[in-house]
Amino acid sequence: MSFQIIEQSTKYDVCIVGSGAGGGMAAKILADKGFKIALVEAGPNFDPANPEQRTQLRWPYESPRRGASTVRAFGDFDMAYGGWQIDGEPYTKAPGTEFDWFRSQMVGGRTNHWGRISLRFGPLDFKRKDFDGKGDNWPIGYEDVRPYYDKVDKLIGVFGTKENIPNEPDGFFLPPPKPRLHELYLKKGTSKVGIPMIPSRLSILTKRVNKKRQACFYCNQCSRSCSVYGDFSSSSVLVNPAIETGNVDLFTNAMVREVITDENGKASGVYYINKEDGKDYRIKAKVVILAASACSSARILLNSKSTTHPNGLANSSEVVGKYLHDSTGASRMAFMPELMDRKRYNEDGVGGMHMYTPWWLNDDKNLGFSRGYHIEYWGGMGMPSYGFGFNTEFLHTLAPQVLGDRKAGGYGVGLMQDVKRFYGSTLGMAGRGESIPRAENRCEIDSQKVDKYGIPVLKFNYKWSEEEVKQAAHMQDSFEAIIKSIGAIPLGDKPGKETNYGLENPGRIIHEVGTTRMGADATTSVLNEYNQAHDVSNLFVVDGGAFVSQADKNPTWTILALAWRASDYLAEEMKKGNI
Amino acid sequence: MDRRESLKTLIIGGAGTTMLLSCRIDDKPDTVGISENIESDFDYGRTPEEERWDENLMSEQFYTENELATMAILADIIIPGQGDYPPASKTGITDFIEFISKDIPEHQTPMRGGLRWLRTESHKRFDKDFTEISSEEQLKIVEDIAYPMDVKPQFSQAAIFFSRLRNLVTTGYFTSKPGIEFLGYMGNKPNVWDGVPQDVLDEHGLAYDEKMLKVAIKPEERNEIEDWNDYIV
Ligand SMILES: Cc1cc2nc3c(=O)[nH]c(=O)nc-3n(C[C@H](O)[C@H](O)[C@H](O)COP(=O)(O)OP(=O)(O)OC[C@H]3O[C@@H](n4cnc5c(N)ncnc54)[C@H](O)[C@@H]3O)c2cc1C
Repeated sequence: MSFQIIEQSTKYDVCIVGSGAGGGMAAKILADKGFKIALVEAGPNFDPANPEQRTQLRWPYESPRRGASTVRAFGDFDMAYGGWQIDGEPYTKAPGTEFDWFRSQMVGGRTNHWGRISLRFGPLDFKRKDFDGKGDNWPIGYEDVRPYYDKVDKLIGVFGTKENIPNEPDGFFLPPPKPRLHELYLKKGTSKVGIPMIPSRLSILTKRVNKKRQACFYCNQCSRSCSVYGDFSSSSVLVNPAIETGNVDLFTNAMVREVITDENGKASGVYYINKEDGKDYRIKAKVVILAASACSSARILLNSKSTTHPNGLANSSEVVGKYLHDSTGASRMAFMPELMDRKRYNEDGVGGMHMYTPWWLNDDKNLGFSRGYHIEYWGGMGMPSYGFGFNTEFLHTLAPQVLGDRKAGGYGVGLMQDVKRFYGSTLGMAGRGESIPRAENRCEIDSQKVDKYGIPVLKFNYKWSEEEVKQAAHMQDSFEAIIKSIGAIPLGDKPGKETNYGLENPGRIIHEVGTTRMGADATTSVLNEYNQAHDVSNLFVVDGGAFVSQADKNPTWTILALAWRASDYLAEEMKKGNI
Repeated sequence: MDRRESLKTLIIGGAGTTMLLSCRIDDKPDTVGISENIESDFDYGRTPEEERWDENLMSEQFYTENELATMAILADIIIPGQGDYPPASKTGITDFIEFISKDIPEHQTPMRGGLRWLRTESHKRFDKDFTEISSEEQLKIVEDIAYPMDVKPQFSQAAIFFSRLRNLVTTGYFTSKPGIEFLGYMGNKPNVWDGVPQDVLDEHGLAYDEKMLKVAIKPEERNEIEDWNDYIV
């Protein structure tokens, strides 16, 4: 077969690569404004209401592995097509460094299964350098993004409460659900040790925001994506409505290899490989928006080499791929004897915690590390799946009163009863913290390797610094204080220095951002403050790549707000004829 | 067919789909057009590749007849059932362990080796296969390996095997339909969460504070479309 590139005949106003948070938002806003859009997605189509794809409300016994995470990384019913590794699409790591990269390839990307924790960055979060001298400030501040956070709140819906905490801005909140039992215990305990807990802020509809989406019916399964659209998935909430305008052509199973440029160095479209027929295609567009997720977009840019852009596209600063950073993460579990022998009731609630702890020590300058973390909690009488009831003998040793004259372990009716008695008495917590972006932490093109589509792959090079390790140590102290405050018993040994205090590998928290950061100075940043490439005026990146620093807040609400802001700006510039 | 009709046809679908019906608490559900669908027996939202992978695993056989029979006996010793709740062997436990041992191959050698140890032990003590000795004799062996924190040195490996088996049997049972009922898990269905029941709060000496009661979602308002006109941030 001769090599040939098939050209799609339509010339689009905008070609958007990736349909996750950033791409979905850009598609929705620009389609509403009447632009003709090609939305190009590497994975298959997905709609949580499609019964063939639905996993919501399935029982563990509907899966032959009872929900185990062998095929899908977060369990058999989780709604991510992809994982830490994808067949035929490898990535590599520089020796002595760690990075785990989670990809989900499907319409909606990782927003189909994400945790729905929807936090605004606060005023401090955009200007951390002003306070601790580390990293860089964003070129914009909270007031620039605030109107877009407001719009995102109203369009998508997020529950929460007005708290007036200086760096945790309030928004347009739907009413929160009441806390669960263990959350009430935690609230009571943490208040005794000076750690705050407030209702969580999740993009789940406790009330409706429009007629197309129903309210949450409390099955706790947002990670499976909601078939009545009661939570935010880009697929159901942004991509579907964008397509309904008639202005969007959706290309699925279309793996973009590079951005094409014309003789003036301007973007003129993309090349993609159709995974179904294996052929190469070209889409022409006046504007290209990358939203393939921070590392994928950096990869596309670095692979888009030409005589006018020898380092890759939009990379005259040589910053593409650098300043990669993820949230820090560490966790601890506990067993709470008071929660044994619980009365049964349906405690599913929404698909996430009903309360959380925002960072509470912004004013403390003597911590030995610079940036904060928030704490997420889990527990309750959830649906059993693979792993449930493991190591009952271990719980026996913590609650010997259960055994009477029996010994730990065992079998028979006694064991059955013990499992029943322990149900709902374990809980856990995890810190999610801000790391300091550094140029050395990066992804670059591996000079030795291509994926099965022949596209050069990413090589990661990422190390934590003492800052992050000290922060994890502090998290562990906080966890112990919290566990003690509720009269619970921490499980396992307290992670110490030898394990970096349980600090997870970079990438593990799946908040990777910063690879195409924005800035006022074109020599030290890739994008301007509107997510527009300094070097190429008709090229935008609207995923987490644009972040200068990732606060201790999960990134997606900010990705969404910035993608909307960039889309408004782009539309204005096109109207003015500047693009 | 109007939407209401097409929703009715869902009743022939899987358990999950029929449940969605009862969650339609509002009387004018002009929402998603869930299409007609008849689900096959083994369909829980797999991609074509995942379906092939599952089928592939199911087409292979790892355990022998004797191993499966031994496992069924042990499973019923571990989870014998109680009252109306059946013993583990009646809940598909061997199918599950057969599948998971291919899905998570790390189980294979410890399980096969443990079962083989048991066979040898049974022959040594009673000169018969484990499946042929009496229940009292079976329990004699099990008693020696069932308490991992309190095991004689010569049974240390066998106790580790038994703990693995106990894990698999327990997890298999409590993820089966009867096991979930025995456990008393009451969720996985559309409902309206309005907080911890009052008697449970009382039992634990806890209460919702005034502020929470004021701001929390009121069940009767859940189907309203939020109106931001008077909302001040
Ligand atoms: C388990 C989990 C829980 C999370 N919880 C939270 C949370 O609670 N709060 C929060 O804020 N964040 C959370 N996140 C992170 C959140 O999912 C991401 O921040 C968000 O999805 C990023 O949006 P994105 O548009 O940049 O990328 P994605 O959502 O990853 O979408 C990128 C899309 O681009 C496509 N794509 C990639 N490469 C190409 C290519 N070459 N050609 C064509 N298409 C391509 C992909 O297939 C994908 O669909 C969580 C993530 C995970 C995995």
